Amino acid sequence: MRRRAWGSTVAGVLILGVLLFPVYWMVNVSLQPGGSAVDVPWLPLDVSFDGYATALDQQGRNLVTSLIVSLGSVVFSLLVAAPAAYALAHFRIRGANWVLFGILISQMVPGIVVANALYSAYNDLGLLNSIPGLILADSTAGIPFAILIVRAFMGGIPMSVVEAARTDGAGPIRAFVSIVLPMSRNALITAGLFTFLFTWGDFLFALTLTTTEEVRPVTLGLYQYIGTYVNDWSAVMATAVLASIPAVILLLVAQRYVAAGTTGGAVK
Amino acid sequence: MAEQVLLRERPAGVQEKPVPARSRERLLQVLFLVPAVLYLLLFFGYPVAKNVLMSFQSYTTATFYTGEAPWVGLDNYTRALGSAVFDKALVNTVLFTVGSIAGQFVIGLALAVFFHRRFPLGGVLRSLLLLPWLIPLIVSGAVWRWILDQDNGALNRFLGATGVADRPGWLTSTSLALIAVIIVNIWIGIPFNTTILYGGLQDIPDELYEAAAVDGATGRRAFRYITWPLLRPVVGVVLVLGVVYTVKVLDIILGLTNGGPANATQTLATQSYHLSFQEFDFGQGAAVGNVLILISLAFAVLYLRATRRAVDE
Repeated sequence: MRRRAWGSTVAGVLILGVLLFPVYWMVNVSLQPGGSAVDVPWLPLDVSFDGYATALDQQGRNLVTSLIVSLGSVVFSLLVAAPAAYALAHFRIRGANWVLFGILISQMVPGIVVANALYSAYNDLGLLNSIPGLILADSTAGIPFAILIVRAFMGGIPMSVVEAARTDGAGPIRAFVSIVLPMSRNALITAGLFTFLFTWGDFLFALTLTTTEEVRPVTLGLYQYIGTYVNDWSAVMATAVLASIPAVILLLVAQRYVAAGTTGGAVK
Repeated sequence: MAEQVLLRERPAGVQEKPVPARSRERLLQVLFLVPAVLYLLLFFGYPVAKNVLMSFQSYTTATFYTGEAPWVGLDNYTRALGSAVFDKALVNTVLFTVGSIAGQFVIGLALAVFFHRRFPLGGVLRSLLLLPWLIPLIVSGAVWRWILDQDNGALNRFLGATGVADRPGWLTSTSLALIAVIIVNIWIGIPFNTTILYGGLQDIPDELYEAAAVDGATGRRAFRYITWPLLRPVVGVVLVLGVVYTVKVLDIILGLTNGGPANATQTLATQSYHLSFQEFDFGQGAAVGNVLILISLAFAVLYLRATRRAVDE
């Protein structure tokens, strides 16, 4: 029995090795000197950080843009989603089911359709090539997701806790801010982390709603790298590694929130 | 998520307040919901409505200068849907979706069953598996583009070294490009399928397997008579969600092939993008986008039915 268990571990490591080869290859190429495309060694024996120097030099600004837009989207999404999630979980409001139905249907709307309409609206409003414009558009992924996740969690908070605060004289807003929000901390963190990842990884809105260098997320920077003739793959892969850092941090630091979000967002 | 969304009962014991305080209370309660409703209307409702309108208008670059978008009836539809590219894109969308889902699901299910056995480091390995799903899609596109490169890509070097094949042009040959794009999309979808199906497996009580083992049903028979029937509701959700997400995939295809070579990997989503943002014919782009909405909507109905059934069972 024990031997079989370790046999599974070996099989698991092999499976993971095959599945994660592209991730390994990205790191390997990013550490190769020169960046020539011909015959990259299978192991980064001669480690060089030139690729990273080039990447930071050319894409550093885009990374900062991505960071600002992603953080902005987290704040905005939670500000909009948390009260809505509370209302949907605990208040009896006419039409609440229609709001939920709308959230579900919104997941079926292709991003390109949203971008198509936003482009002309943004053009009229002067929101093209702007950080607020990107934050608003990128929140299309985070807000519905955050409402669903946080609502499912808030549904589990006993109403009696809120009622107790209310009898002590707290208004609905104070009860929400000082009782419900702190109790929902884990759900809010999960929603926030995923909103960050969604926005950080956004490519479609970056591609369609920005045209200038001033406001350019790193996903678009990477796309433009590979769109032109590539002569320095180590810089491209270094950018790819840098753009993957949030995902890796999330996996290492916030493991249990990720698990909650994956299952929570899909079927639970 | 849908089952809770649509079918959750009200928490018991919510007391109604006396009348005077009630209307003010009601107003406050509604205010909690207002920002989200406004946002949904502006960023989902408006774009869908606007796309329907745009699809009947000649909406081009000129519109941005003159502000005029003349009505053209069904002209955009006859032009966009009548083109040879559309037929190709429609077929590709079906092939891409069916191929991706089939691959993701079968491998995802196999891995879920594999990780369902308890073994040392199983949890760690399972969470590492999530990585392809968490990194930005365009990053995956860039990495795979380099791996699949005809002359210097890792795959062809491997195939060359083992003598299996002679440097196929994965992304440059019209016969291989769609297959290559599907393989990459399968790779991206595996973690999601594994995670959800693994969650479904966890919910099947162990006693059922123990009872079945007493009756002599183990291994494949246990899978057929216990695992599969009990997993079916989750399977329904995974498949329909998979379709809804795969139909609109854009990042991967643009990053790998940009729809080429010779439209070999053009799908409805990429065609809509090309029409709107490269040919600046937003009317035609909207027409193709609306076809995409209709397809998604058809599956949305399926999705709602599947999740409803998942709760009933």
